[in-house]
Amino acid sequence: MTTTENINDGASTAVDKDIVLDVQDLNVTFSSEDGPLQAVRGVSYQVRRGEALGIVGESGSGKSVTSMAIMGLLPKTAKVTGSARVLGQELIGLNDAQISKVRGEKIAMIFQDPLTSLNPVYTIGYQIAEAILTHRKVTKQQARERAIELLDKVGIPHPDRRVDQYPHELSGGMRQRVVIAIAMANDPDVIIADEPTTALDVTVQAQVLEALEAARQETGAALVLITHDLGVVAGHVDRVAVMYAGRLVETGTVEDVFYRPRMPYALGLLGSLPRMDEARGEKLTPILGTPPSLLDLPRGCGFAPRCPMAEALCHAEEPVLKEAVDAEETDLHHRHMAACHFGERLVDVRPEDLFHPTSLDAEVPVEAVRAEGTEASAERGREHEASSEVLLSAVDLVKNFPIRSKGILRRKIGEVQAVSGISLELREHETLALVGESGCGKSTTARLLLQLIRQTSGEVTYMGQPLHTLSDAQMRPLRRDLQLVFQDPFASLDPRMTVTDIIAEPMQIHGQGRTAKARVKELLELVGLNPEHGSRYPHEFSGGQRQRIGIARALSLNPKVLILDEPVSALDVSIQAGVINLLEDLQDELGLSYLFVSHDLSVVRHIADRVAVMYLGKVMETGTTEELFAAPAHPYTQALISAIPLPDPVKERTRERIVVTGDVPSPADPPSGCRFRTRCPKFANELDDARRNLCVEEPPELLDRGTGHRDACHYSQVVELI
Amino acid sequence: MLVYTARRLAVAIPVLLAASVLVFLMVDLSGDPLADLRLQQPPPSEEVMAAAEARYYLDRSTPERYWLWMTGIGGNGDIGLLQGEFGPSVRGGAFDIGEQLASSITVTLRLVTAAIIAALGLAILSGVVSAMRQYSKLDYTLTFIGFLALAMPTFWLGALIKEGGLWFNQTTGTGFFYTIGANSARVSNMTNWEYFLDSAGHLVLPTVTLMLTSFASWSRYQRTSMLEVLNSDYVRLARAKGVPNRVVVRRHALRTALIPLVTVATIGVVGIIEGVVITETIFQWRGLGYFFIEAVKTNDAFAVMSWLMLSGTLVVLASLVADILYGVLDPRIRYE
Amino acid sequence: MSEMQSRIAMSGGGPENPEQPVAKGGDLTQIQIIWRRFRRHRAAMISLVLLALITAFAFLGPLVWQWGHTVNSDIPSNAGPSWDHPFGTTKQGNDVFAQTMRGAQQSLKVAFTVAVLSTVVGATWGAVAGYYRGRVDAIMMRIADIFLIIPLIVAVASINGNVRGGATWYAVALIMCLFSWATIARVVRGVVLSLREQEFIEAARAAGAKASRIIFRHLLPNAAGPIIVAATLLIAVAVLTEAGLSFIGFGIQPPDISLGKMVEGARTAAFTRPWLFYPPGVLIVLICLTINFIGDGLRDALDPRQTMVRR
Repeated sequence: MTTTENINDGASTAVDKDIVLDVQDLNVTFSSEDGPLQAVRGVSYQVRRGEALGIVGESGSGKSVTSMAIMGLLPKTAKVTGSARVLGQELIGLNDAQISKVRGEKIAMIFQDPLTSLNPVYTIGYQIAEAILTHRKVTKQQARERAIELLDKVGIPHPDRRVDQYPHELSGGMRQRVVIAIAMANDPDVIIADEPTTALDVTVQAQVLEALEAARQETGAALVLITHDLGVVAGHVDRVAVMYAGRLVETGTVEDVFYRPRMPYALGLLGSLPRMDEARGEKLTPILGTPPSLLDLPRGCGFAPRCPMAEALCHAEEPVLKEAVDAEETDLHHRHMAACHFGERLVDVRPEDLFHPTSLDAEVPVEAVRAEGTEASAERGREHEASSEVLLSAVDLVKNFPIRSKGILRRKIGEVQAVSGISLELREHETLALVGESGCGKSTTARLLLQLIRQTSGEVTYMGQPLHTLSDAQMRPLRRDLQLVFQDPFASLDPRMTVTDIIAEPMQIHGQGRTAKARVKELLELVGLNPEHGSRYPHEFSGGQRQRIGIARALSLNPKVLILDEPVSALDVSIQAGVINLLEDLQDELGLSYLFVSHDLSVVRHIADRVAVMYLGKVMETGTTEELFAAPAHPYTQALISAIPLPDPVKERTRERIVVTGDVPSPADPPSGCRFRTRCPKFANELDDARRNLCVEEPPELLDRGTGHRDACHYSQVVELI
Repeated sequence: MLVYTARRLAVAIPVLLAASVLVFLMVDLSGDPLADLRLQQPPPSEEVMAAAEARYYLDRSTPERYWLWMTGIGGNGDIGLLQGEFGPSVRGGAFDIGEQLASSITVTLRLVTAAIIAALGLAILSGVVSAMRQYSKLDYTLTFIGFLALAMPTFWLGALIKEGGLWFNQTTGTGFFYTIGANSARVSNMTNWEYFLDSAGHLVLPTVTLMLTSFASWSRYQRTSMLEVLNSDYVRLARAKGVPNRVVVRRHALRTALIPLVTVATIGVVGIIEGVVITETIFQWRGLGYFFIEAVKTNDAFAVMSWLMLSGTLVVLASLVADILYGVLDPRIRYE
Repeated sequence: MSEMQSRIAMSGGGPENPEQPVAKGGDLTQIQIIWRRFRRHRAAMISLVLLALITAFAFLGPLVWQWGHTVNSDIPSNAGPSWDHPFGTTKQGNDVFAQTMRGAQQSLKVAFTVAVLSTVVGATWGAVAGYYRGRVDAIMMRIADIFLIIPLIVAVASINGNVRGGATWYAVALIMCLFSWATIARVVRGVVLSLREQEFIEAARAAGAKASRIIFRHLLPNAAGPIIVAATLLIAVAVLTEAGLSFIGFGIQPPDISLGKMVEGARTAAFTRPWLFYPPGVLIVLICLTINFIGDGLRDALDPRQTMVRR
């Protein structure tokens, strides 16, 4: 604690002529029925011309509210104080006419959900031209030409045709590019991008980030990139600001924050991420507990209740953002700052030194966590005998969904092949992951295995018994062994039932209602929750706790197989780690087999024994996790692995990439031959016409082509990517 | 689009047929068209009764009668919906149900059109203002007016308005408000312009009465859909582009929020039929409402059935028009 | 879609404050939470008290009031308001105050019967159709459509108009039910169609639950909000319809009396003998207004998205 220079120091801002966005002591308060809700507290930051600043935080940290306040887009019920200046012009407190002159002209914004950001009743050309015509005195024709030019710049093919299309005729990735084009329209000085890729698939995310980069270069604008994804931040910004409970808790260059965090929260976040670039055996270290309620903030440091090194001082006094102990940077703008009373103790500390690799939830006393942590931190015994018995298997599963016309008639007008010929084997006590982007058929496959939907053709067998021939009533007793855990912890629990009733329901259905009560307590304890909380309703629990309730329900009948459909993708990273640890512990204790459906390769790499990569209803590549990630042979797998951003600035900027272009084709009309060929970088760049013919005409089979695992590519070739 | 419309109609026909069975049974089983005749003093002779029964096809079984009513096959040429005959009226041969219906429609159409235009205009205005000033005094006032209008019995309000008009006329000694009928008695010697003014004058009070419920429900609907759009991402993006709020509301919010209202209003037109029955009773218009009440009161079974079939057909057509309008207004929906 | 449907359809409000965070809840039961939210809706609370008073007036009033609603030779004809006859008397010699109580009672009996019966039938019908979807749904909803094609008031008049010798209140109520359950069925089907896609329904199916369990344990309780709201609105619609029917001469028949009948009798008296005209009309307005406000309050209280202070 050498110097305590405050970033709010007025002198430092006046000198820097390059500052395009200057936010000082911004506060946002909403009035709610339970009192004032302080969403943003004393946030100050500056951005220089052409610079990229990343703002990272979990949901509810106030990162989006901050930017909405700057843009003047918050509802009137929000009270905003402080200052936000663009090129010296104050934005806070302007009336609508005044701020309209600034918005879109000097400062532009990109929102999270491209599917709802564009008005469905106007063409995209109209919506881009509107941005130009609002600020420039040009003719409609000129605005239209500029719109076409902008569409071209953000990488939309055939812009002259696309310009007259309506938003619903474009894919999500395309629409987000249109939004970027709108942001670029008047060469703004600042572009704020609020989670611009969160709603998109990874391969599309890579394309959109590229378009964003192009927009920056074209306009010379500074970028404020708001995201929860540490990987995206690592690769695309110069400086990072970490937000927690409405405040900035750490700022600095990406290298400083990623390699030398001086606030336990930032360190904890990094430790709770499953990483593509590190050894698989390590257990994750979650941050216990949940962020504080913004209605009832603790008196001291907002992170103190979750911080393993919190002391009395932390609970009594909120630390200010001050220069980090080992900050070397002389340029004040880039200086590393952290809001921690004991930041100096974090020098050379790794996440696992501070946080515990626990699977418990914060409701359990911290001592218990510590005790549990020491014994459980040992590496998991991962190697299962290869000869273990096959529990669940599928042969040539096909599922076609009818496409129906809109309107009352709902006539069948076509078919979507959601799953077209999948064969799988799930062995005892192993984790098989099904990976793929949205629409690849992975969730449909999971439901087919459980016979929640019926296959069009193909076979499903469980312990040698065919399931696809059973009636619903015959299937019922077998459901005891096969259980499902869902993605959305808010939608998967009946909001009108108590937790005890929810967990006991499967037992009641299967005639075990008498012993249910005692068993529920056992189960709550097993998933790391307080067994006394069974009388509560789901809405009283946090997302991570609800997911644990969902797992307890699935375990209530002592199943042999759990099918996990994106079980952690709706959770914040700091919470997600605890649930992953829990799933690993449960597998070891109860000898469960998991079918783990996910789009997140980092999580899959961490948890799975074997992986099957799906694309448009077919398996592209399958093998053990080690083989698949160390030596991916199919171009799609390679592209997927390339597209996952690594939370490491240096590695992320220097790694070799295999990029795919375009969007996933419609499953109603898949390409002939190899389904991936329309986006395949190998097909586009390496193959000659003669060899391409094979890809167009013949669907490749899933075969071992000398790589030790199976892939479905005529010209597969191993590439090392990590 | 044509194909879609045709197919939609094909689905509507069985529903209409089923409704016709329901309507027929309902009316046929609930009353005796010859009740008045039977109660005559001295009682009519057996032959007179038998002739009357044969005249109104009451000597046949219910399924036979339905078949007759629908097709007219085996009848006296005065029955059969499919042949355009609505059946004999118990009010005598001079009363032709088809002709009377047609002349009633023209009268009622005038009232309904005026009420819809007035209700739509006011509903949009009030809904938009309410949504833009959400939770303001004005919003609460308009909301309360909406609730009040929704709770207001049309007949009571209509009677009040009519008496109010009469009272105004009496106090001022003028004939400012027209309170009876669709036109004045001496229509024949009016110029076109005078006729128009006379009709418009007669429309005022009934229109206010009839539009009230529709206005209330549509303005609430418009407020909700406007609020939804105002909170949408694309309105936020439009504002982020620098488009002034006024323009955003007109160009983005109103344009999109009107789509659902148009369809709701189209379907809601049918709800106005209920209002017509009462409004016409109060203001003594000789339209569809009057036709219906007279038909029920005189036990004129075929007249009631014809009326119900007409209103049923209107309902089905309105929902078809609503669907088609939706497709025209919203580019996301295209009928193959 | 009839007037009633548009009345009910308009109540389907969207999220009004989507960006507001959810408030934290303590150890309260669902009913306590709903009641706490409902109490904050001032108009709804006032309405609840008012409606309770009106109900007491309608059902307890006749027990203590000195006059009955029927013609009585002790009652003077055409008298103005007095302590003895607060709302005056009719030409035939009825005490209008007693008539008002009786009329309100009949209105409330009809309305609640219609609401309860239609809701039970309609909610079950709609939930079954929505749960099974496909052909079952198509057939069930087409059947419902048949009953929706004819406007309520007209349908009841067509049947009732021919019933000689006076229709009793329960006959009116039953006929009204026949033509109003389908409205509820439509609302519930819509809710169930979106509910059944929720993961907790799939969770129940994955656990092996049968259709009946899913419909009655999961779908209907979760559709309770929209069902209750639609039911309250149906009460108001039923009050108006019954009164309207009486007004055009097809509702409850003399010697019994209803509010609509009273308005009909006094339709030209608004400016000459207002004590005859206003009491029944104002009472109808009050009943419907309070019920609509209660419905509005219930919708706010039952919608977990609504957490902001408004009034």
